[in-house]
Amino acid sequence: MSLAVAAKTDASTAPAILAATGLSARYGHIHALHGVDLQIGEGELVAVLGPNGAGKSTLLRAIMGLSANDGEVRFRGEALPRRDPVAVASRGIVLVPEGRGLFSPMSVSDNLELGAYRLGDKAEFKRRRERVLALFPRLKERLGQVAGSMSGGEQQMLAIGRALMAGPKLLLLDEPSLGLAPRVTEEILETLGLLNREGLAIVLVEQKAPLALELANRVYLLSLGRIVAELDPRDITSHDDLARHYFA
Amino acid sequence: MTISPAITSPERRPLRLAGLLPWLFAVLVVGYAMVVGGYAATVVSFALIYAVFVTGLNLFMGFAAQVSFGQNAFAAIGGYLSAVLTATYGWSPLPAMALGIAAAVLTAAIVGYPALRLKGHYLAMGTLAIGLITYEITVEWQSVTQGYMGISGIPPFGIGPYEITSDRGQLVLLSLVVAASLFAAARIRRSRFGRALSAVAGSEEAAVALGIDVARYKLAAFLLSAGFAALAGSLFVHVVGFVSPEVFGLHMVIVTFTMLYVGGIGTVVGPLVGALIVSLLPETFRAFKDYQDLAYGAALILLLIYAPRGLASLFSPRGRS
Repeated sequence: MSLAVAAKTDASTAPAILAATGLSARYGHIHALHGVDLQIGEGELVAVLGPNGAGKSTLLRAIMGLSANDGEVRFRGEALPRRDPVAVASRGIVLVPEGRGLFSPMSVSDNLELGAYRLGDKAEFKRRRERVLALFPRLKERLGQVAGSMSGGEQQMLAIGRALMAGPKLLLLDEPSLGLAPRVTEEILETLGLLNREGLAIVLVEQKAPLALELANRVYLLSLGRIVAELDPRDITSHDDLARHYFA
Repeated sequence: MTISPAITSPERRPLRLAGLLPWLFAVLVVGYAMVVGGYAATVVSFALIYAVFVTGLNLFMGFAAQVSFGQNAFAAIGGYLSAVLTATYGWSPLPAMALGIAAAVLTAAIVGYPALRLKGHYLAMGTLAIGLITYEITVEWQSVTQGYMGISGIPPFGIGPYEITSDRGQLVLLSLVVAASLFAAARIRRSRFGRALSAVAGSEEAAVALGIDVARYKLAAFLLSAGFAALAGSLFVHVVGFVSPEVFGLHMVIVTFTMLYVGGIGTVVGPLVGALIVSLLPETFRAFKDYQDLAYGAALILLLIYAPRGLASLFSPRGRS
């Protein structure tokens, strides 16, 4: 056990922004996560891959404290409260949930504003908004539009933009490519890569492995609620490589 | 990728005038009652009291998209405290009303803190229980409430020796209270708090994940809603001069829900329009005699088919789907 821990700490040289140990969680009455250990380094982009039902969403929800969970999650060394998502968010961990969770009847502009709900500083608000609109110029054209009436890609951009308005230190993304055309997905992932290169730590949950592998510094494979492998994306050259790890 | 049609923001739509129609309707109805007086004034007075209650219900159900079948409990607390303090203990109506509202809000805080952890249908059932328990208390606690007999001799509103006893005087008073309630609702909707409620209505989970304290805002909306309910309950007993358990029974829950949905849930003017329509509709079908209820029911169904988001939404760009 101690050996395994030592090996893991060595693997990620950057200091951890997030470290989960023995994280278990339920999804309804089903145990969907069984004692997961994972670490995210400062400035790292980590992809969590796995088939449908592997517990990927549950993992992100457990980190946020959105679902009942056991175990410990530390953020920059400090233990996070386990059932208080508002407190978790206020530390700077922001989740873009599966299905985006937009405030659909409200305008793009209102959605962005609500992202920065906790922010009191007007100048900072303006700065963040300009930044988001520069990252996603399409949102700028649609500021007055009702969020729910936009295309899927634009909605995903808004969901990410809204999360950025909260000024995250760690961004958790749940399948941002879901239901999107390849070109839009690429555009969004490129933006995520850009944000990451600027220093934002990101956890990207994906089912579409090739896209995530292009961006990620490190990859966790999740299967049936357990982490089955931790990989360097450069070592994965084919789909067979991944499949081998799933079934190993 | 398809470019979705450019739907411009609601505030830029050239529909401002149409948005005034529901208000115009309300003013006309109240004005008519003021002129005619008598029975019409009584019906419209009750409608205005309901409008206050439904405005509160709308804060919780429309703005924050929660469900409560138990707001009648808070109307009962406000109404009965007003009744007992004035009729039995000789208080004047205003302080009795204030205490009634305070007691209802306090009860809502005690009940709401645990109950609001429930969601959807469970919240609906939980709140329904609150209403039923309160009803039982008003029936069984005879030494205070006089059970089914009810409490009579409740004094009307007034300042010093001036009591508002005329139909028209009460209509004016109630119109002012309704106007103030709607103004408050409009202000709340546009405030920071109102935006947080919209976020809760949009997606609770996303709101929480952005650090918006959903539990706190839900509770705040619940308390406000209870305050409006208690205000309406107190208004009722002082306008009618009598209270019994049935006044705040299950019937009230059904009627106010109908008003909320017919008028337009989530809109500011909807509760007033709904309260007026639902109060007046049965009257307009009096000519149908035995078939009055049937005609009323049919009219409601037609309304909900052709204006599923309520009448007020027909005139507001935001409400259109």
